[in-house]
Amino acid sequence: MGTDTAPRGTGADAPAAITKVSIIVSKGSLEGVYPALIMANGARAEGIEANLFFTFFGMDAVHRGRNRHVKVATVGNPGMHIPTLLGALPGMSALATHFMGRRMDALDIPPIDEFIEMIADTGAGLYACRASVDMFGLTREDFVPQIRDIITVGEFYAMAAGGQIIFTSGRDRGPAPGPLLVCGRARRGTGRGRRRA
Amino acid sequence: MTTATYGGVTVELDEGGFLADPGVWTREIAADIAAAEGITALTDRHWLVVDVAREQYLRTGSGPAVRQLGKASGVGVKELYALFPGGPAMTAARIAGIPKPRGCI
Repeated sequence: MGTDTAPRGTGADAPAAITKVSIIVSKGSLEGVYPALIMANGARAEGIEANLFFTFFGMDAVHRGRNRHVKVATVGNPGMHIPTLLGALPGMSALATHFMGRRMDALDIPPIDEFIEMIADTGAGLYACRASVDMFGLTREDFVPQIRDIITVGEFYAMAAGGQIIFTSGRDRGPAPGPLLVCGRARRGTGRGRRRA
Repeated sequence: MTTATYGGVTVELDEGGFLADPGVWTREIAADIAAAEGITALTDRHWLVVDVAREQYLRTGSGPAVRQLGKASGVGVKELYALFPGGPAMTAARIAGIPKPRGCI
């Protein structure tokens, strides 16, 4: 057996393939968490090594009591296309989350707690941020068992060495220079469009 | 488009290294593709997953992504990655002689 040309992606002019990603989750909203989970899971599906680093409110995604209650941000989220004052009404966030959850369920996108388990099963590494854990007064026991460790920022950089670092955000941001990619809101390409389709 | 010799026959591959014509696939071709992917022996569990992927492609026109592959085969995600370390859906599709699955989950 054998191929008559060079193996895939190894031609002289082909850009080097991504072999490792380290994804930072800093927001505790649905649109702050899902893009990171989908990217980490998708990386593993492509045979790319993946690490997820949960910091600040992003830790809700791996917090035992909270990861089943992550909601869509309906305030300060212009992409929702509802007035901020309306978005602030009691139940609006739960309502938006309910509708988005139904769409995601129909598309077989798992809920966060199940998605976290699945991603751990792919072999991706899940870590919580030492500084945030201390700041919020949390311990190892507050996290789901899929969290491998609570690590410092230095340990994160050591782990990310040789790969790409992706900072996912729940807010609109411009692209940062260098290897730091900024991932915009997921619903821009998902929820809204799908609902209309 | 490149060509390769698998199972004693010359076959065409697409840019991603997937069999260009799923119709020419045989189990001998599959075993050689698996070897090229670093899987030297296809076990019953490998075949279960590969057959499910191929069956779904032939039935629906697209192969399953990882989550669907796990559900349809009954093989858990952890075991899928153990069986196909390079990515279960991609590798199983290659071995099954079907196009690259395009699902995100």
